[in-house]
Amino acid sequence: MRSLLPPIALLAVAVAIWQAACQILTIPPYLLPSPLQVGAALLAGAPILAQAAWRTLAMALEALLAASLFATSLALVVSLSRKLAQAVRPLAVALQVTPVVAIAPLVVIWAGVDHPDRAIVVLAAIVAFFPIFSGVSRGLSAADPDLERLFDLYEATPLQRLVRLRLPSAVPFLVEGHKVAAGLAIIGAVVAEFVAGSGGAQGLAWRILEAGNRLQTDRMFAAILVLALMATGLHFAFQILEERAIRWWRGR
Amino acid sequence: MPESVASLAAVEVDYPGRGRALGPFDLTLGAGDIVALVGPSGCGKSTALRLLAGLESPTRGTVRRLAERGETAVVFQSPTLAPWLSAASNVALPLALAGTNAKEARARAVEALGAVGLAASVDARPAQLSGGMAMRASLARALVTGPKLLLLDEPFAALDEITRRSLADDVLALWAATRPAIVFVTHNVEEAVYMAHRVLVMTSGPGRSAGETVIDAAIPRPEGFRTTARFREAAETISGQLANAMRAAA
Repeated sequence: MRSLLPPIALLAVAVAIWQAACQILTIPPYLLPSPLQVGAALLAGAPILAQAAWRTLAMALEALLAASLFATSLALVVSLSRKLAQAVRPLAVALQVTPVVAIAPLVVIWAGVDHPDRAIVVLAAIVAFFPIFSGVSRGLSAADPDLERLFDLYEATPLQRLVRLRLPSAVPFLVEGHKVAAGLAIIGAVVAEFVAGSGGAQGLAWRILEAGNRLQTDRMFAAILVLALMATGLHFAFQILEERAIRWWRGR
Repeated sequence: MPESVASLAAVEVDYPGRGRALGPFDLTLGAGDIVALVGPSGCGKSTALRLLAGLESPTRGTVRRLAERGETAVVFQSPTLAPWLSAASNVALPLALAGTNAKEARARAVEALGAVGLAASVDARPAQLSGGMAMRASLARALVTGPKLLLLDEPFAALDEITRRSLADDVLALWAATRPAIVFVTHNVEEAVYMAHRVLVMTSGPGRSAGETVIDAAIPRPEGFRTTARFREAAETISGQLANAMRAAA
């Protein structure tokens, strides 16, 4: 709790300065609305914003689930053969370093103009794929070398080695990968929503776009605020999940 | 002469790019023999151990070793326990890998943990064990299959002196129960004299034997063995051989 105090204090000071600046300098609200105006827009738009936040979150989580299943199984398959790993790794890196905005229009076309939500899930999943794939791949080869030798000594089958040694050894890497991927999935979903640029998905990014087009800057701020809160909440949720999982894994 | 459990005959091990690590080297282990390998770092002690474990093959020469799974066991320098498993599950691992059913494997693991004095820590995770306790669990895991050859690769190197000594006594007591042949690598001359029937000093570049000393006293050692003239004499002989080996290596 004590660690929450400094950021809250800093935020309060910044908001106070912001409020004072808006009033003293009489900045037009379409350029920079005051915190009070943003608060009012937040209250007025609460039901719509909550619904939009849920849409974005749901798409991001769907994407995370899809990325998790695909990345984990691909990492498992690839771990069985060095050749396969060498073949797949550069392609995975290429997918990772290509900006998602660049691929987005293509995916939007493939998903069909009537299904922007599908395109968004696919794009967010592409962004979330790499940290999970890379984490699980690394984790599967991170087993204690002496334990590996012990498995040699007792003539473990490849399946025994995978299930009893490599998969459990990969757990911390897998959890870390999912934490990073969760944050990226939100970013991916928002970026994809922007590019899809249609009201079909009705997520937070769409609310930001819509308010921006109408020059309702206070509503833009409100939507951005909700987005930031949601992403932060998700980050901390995964952080706690990670700590719990690691504590269980280590036995203390 | 009783039949030997395992042997290395004129073995040589070359590592690509690093030249010869070991050999020519001979070692014959009778049933129940305890042999200590002492020598400077890089003298091929661990390589000899890996040959006996079948974890490595010689470039030349013959390795004769126990063929059955579970007849040879290894204890590494660190306890090498899986952090996600309880002590009992760690100890049961060799049995589980051999297809023993879970119930029996656990019963035998609990028994093996009892034999090393860890009956109260059966369900503890490795992180909850002290260094000495973790090493004991590692020893229990090695013994759970009833091996005929036990290989210890500097097993007590990371422990404090008191824990080392009590573990050495534990190993000898366990040895007395089932009498497996033991080969252990150590840097500690006194530990070697205290524990072994035979102490083999090795020299490096490449690893070869630089002398063998037979310690003629009952195992487990009689009370006060560390203060007898015989103990000190053997320790001095071996220290002398070791000093020569070090000079040759330098």
